[in-house]
This record gives sequence, C-alpha cells and structure tokens, in this order.
Amino acid sequence: MIINQKKCVACGNCVPVCPMGAIYVDTFTKRAQIYDDACVECGTCFRGMSTENLNPVLVRTIRRIAKWLQFRFEPEPDVCPTSAFEMNDLEMPRLIRQIFSDPVVEHTSTGIKGRGTEEVKTNDVSLRVDTGEVGYTIEFGRPGVGVRFSEIQEMTRTLARNGVTFEKNNPITHLMTDVTTGDLRSDILNEKILSAIVEIKTQINEVENVLKTVNDVNQNIDTVIAIGISTRCNGEGEDTSLAPLLDELGHTYNRAKTNMGLGRITNKIEVSGSK
Amino acid sequence: MTNTLHRYGLAQSFRDDYIIFAIPSKGKNDEGCIPKLKQFLRICIKHNPSNIGNGNRGMLVPEKNLGPAAHWKRDCTPDWEAVIEGINKPGTVAAVFTSEESASACFKEVVEADFGISVNISTSVENAKRVGENCGIKRHSVEYALALRDPHDHLPNSQILGLSTMCGHGMVSFNMAKKMLDMVREGRRTPEQAVATLVRLCPCGIYNPERATRLLEEARKEQR
Repeated sequence: MIINQKKCVACGNCVPVCPMGAIYVDTFTKRAQIYDDACVECGTCFRGMSTENLNPVLVRTIRRIAKWLQFRFEPEPDVCPTSAFEMNDLEMPRLIRQIFSDPVVEHTSTGIKGRGTEEVKTNDVSLRVDTGEVGYTIEFGRPGVGVRFSEIQEMTRTLARNGVTFEKNNPITHLMTDVTTGDLRSDILNEKILSAIVEIKTQINEVENVLKTVNDVNQNIDTVIAIGISTRCNGEGEDTSLAPLLDELGHTYNRAKTNMGLGRITNKIEVSGSK
Repeated sequence: MTNTLHRYGLAQSFRDDYIIFAIPSKGKNDEGCIPKLKQFLRICIKHNPSNIGNGNRGMLVPEKNLGPAAHWKRDCTPDWEAVIEGINKPGTVAAVFTSEESASACFKEVVEADFGISVNISTSVENAKRVGENCGIKRHSVEYALALRDPHDHLPNSQILGLSTMCGHGMVSFNMAKKMLDMVREGRRTPEQAVATLVRLCPCGIYNPERATRLLEEARKEQR
C-alpha cells in the first residue's frame, strides 16, 4: 500500500482505520506514512475508506487557517479527502500478506479463496467431521493483533509432533513443505498477516490434549488465538459428546455456528474430496 | 472462514444477533447455485434483516468521489438489490436478523424453498437450536467458539471488542471502534451515525448495525 505524498493532507482520518495501527502522521513531513513492516496489505485503508477528490493545496491551506484559528472541523471519519491511497503491485513473499489479510482477494498462490475452508459449514454434504470426530479451527492474529508465519509454524510443528491430521485444502497446509513436520515455506516465515487459520481433525478423546497443546504454544507466541471446535450432532440434533466434554474441561462457549442440515449433493458429477 | 463465529460477548449479548447464511459446497452442490443464492437473499429481505451480504459488499459500501457536501449528509439507504445482483460466483451469502421471530420466519421459508445448499445459523448455541425447533429442523453439526486466548494482553476492553469483532475479517479496527465510541460519548456523533461508519468498513455485509447501536448506547452510559 502506498500513500501518495503529493495528495496526502495529513488529516489523520486513516490512522484509526488501519487494523494493524501501521499508519501514522509524520510531524516532520506533515504527511501520513505507512510503517511497512506492520502493514499486512489488508486494503482496509484503500477499499474501506470513502474518498473525495479535493485539491490537496486548497485543503492544506484551509487546514492551516483552521489550525491557526483553533477551529475544529468534524469531517466524516472514514473519508480520505484527496484519494491519497494507492495499491501497488506486490510480489512474493510480500504478496502473501495481501492474500491472507484482504478478504476480497482470492488465494491466487494456493488456488483457494478465504483464510480457511468450508469447515463444518457444509458438513451436511461433505461429512468432513463425522460422529466421534472433532474438527478444530485454530485462528491466529485476530482480532486486531496479526501474526507472523514463524509463529504459526511453532504451532504447526508442535501439532504435527502430536500426530494430528491437517486439513489438506487449508491455505496454511498448502504452504507446508512437509505436513508430517508442520514446516512452512522458509521464504514467508517473517511475513506478517492479519490472521490465518490452521484446521485439524482428531478423535474426540484427543480434545483435552489438543486444547492444552494450543494453550501451551500460545504462551510462547506473541499473538491471540481463537479456537473453533466442531462436531456432528446425533440423529436427534443433539450434541451429546463434545459439549459435555467442553463443560467438563471448563471451557466456555457463548457462540456457535450451527449447520442446519439442509444441504445435499446436487451436482451431476460430484468432485470427490472437494471442500 | 470463521467470519461470524468469534463475535465477542456473553450468550445473552447475542439476543439481537442471528446470522443466517447459505454456502454451496465446491464440487458437491455448486453447479447452478447462483440463482439459488440470489433467491435465498430475496427471501431474507422479506423478513426485515438488519444487513445482508454477498462476501464482497453489504448494504452500505464506501463511497468514492464524494462531494464536500457529504460531510453534512451521507446517504445511509440500504441497497439490498445491489447486494443480490452482485452475486456472480459461488460463495457465502448471509443475512443478519435481530430477533428470534424474524430469524425463525426467514429460516422457515428457506427450509420450504429447499435449495439443497447448506444453511447455517451463527448466534448463541441456544438461539440457533430454538430457531431450528421453531421450524421443525434438527441440527446437523455445530462449531463452538471457545474463549479468545490472549496470554500477552493484546486485546482492548469488552466494549471495543464487541464492536470490532462483528467484522470477522478484522476490518473494523480497535482504534476505529474506540474512535466511534468516544465520538458518541462526546456527543459528536449519534450512535446511528457512528454505526454507519463501522458498517461501511465490513466488506462482507455481516456487521450487525442494530446490535452495534445497542452496544454504543450501553457503552455511552457505562465507562470502562
């Protein structure tokens, strides 16, 4: 992402818009700047802000006069008055930031859109997580903190040592050089992204161990983790295994995504293993 | 994507937050699904949703090339039709409801339409169960959101988290949520004006404006 320095009027509207806090107003140049290492190329500033095309010289003059008079103008807080943000062409490894952080960009490098897969949202047709099995979505970096691939690798390596099965269509799995060790591509390890999801599956008797492992690794990696944990309900629509186990282990779960079982296979030729 | 799963709040806080979404499965039921997804959203808008989205836009979007007068009069009219017509490839489409009654009425009609596409409800565990029971539908699978793990104290207070996490992709920053909260507290913006700003930042259209308005109203009266 680039801020056109000829257009920027240092109004500061973009500063709080950035989810990573990567934008600041340089008091020497009197222009907004992007701290490149903190920017995850999510596009919120470029895409999320509304824009005007005001004359930068005029706006700066008005702002100087208003500042001298100590007037406080209340502009719309999500507007860039001079359309100063510009997207630049990105190349790997930096491109990986945009692929994982910008929700409207497809995963061109992995061929998959989104940070994860269909998970259990289509479990009624995919049966990815069957009775007695448990699916996990281990999300790093969100809300609002971000994560580096080197930190994700700490988790994937530990999980691999525990013998879990990584979801093969997940974008993080695609970036592994060895799914048996959980090693990720070395060229991306220092790249920072807004968030990423590791998806695994185990038998229900391994839940306690997996959750403890995730918590233990989280102590050593400087980010937040959000865990989604899923299972298939019985014929009566009840979950008589996972929810009681989570209660017993002392985990709270205030929210859930519930697949209501309305899906069915309708394609004329089903592509097996698709997610 | 876990786009709606990790909204912050106690179960009671989701009393006005029901997201019903349809998602085709690649290779299983994605052929010819676009008209079905459009019809799904057309059913949803009959039941007074708070927002709808097609993964690329919601009811309000950032406006480009505004004139200076926009600072005094922003257009906040929901554009449902643009969301529906914007569906051009298989993907998730969603509608946000603010009551069990409207969510149940919508879901009932979706069940009757029998699209053959997976439909999920994202809210509290009990809320989703009740909506299913109201329509005679038993749950197939459930994904629980466990509490956020933050051993290094990165996260802000619950008021900011409540506002920020309603965009599951993280496009509503903590700083922006705090700015809107402060502007409402200082009387510089109404909750509705602040929420319109936050809604525009969420490109998927799953931000819940009514819940956000309530959270801002509550936060205005309660300092943290």
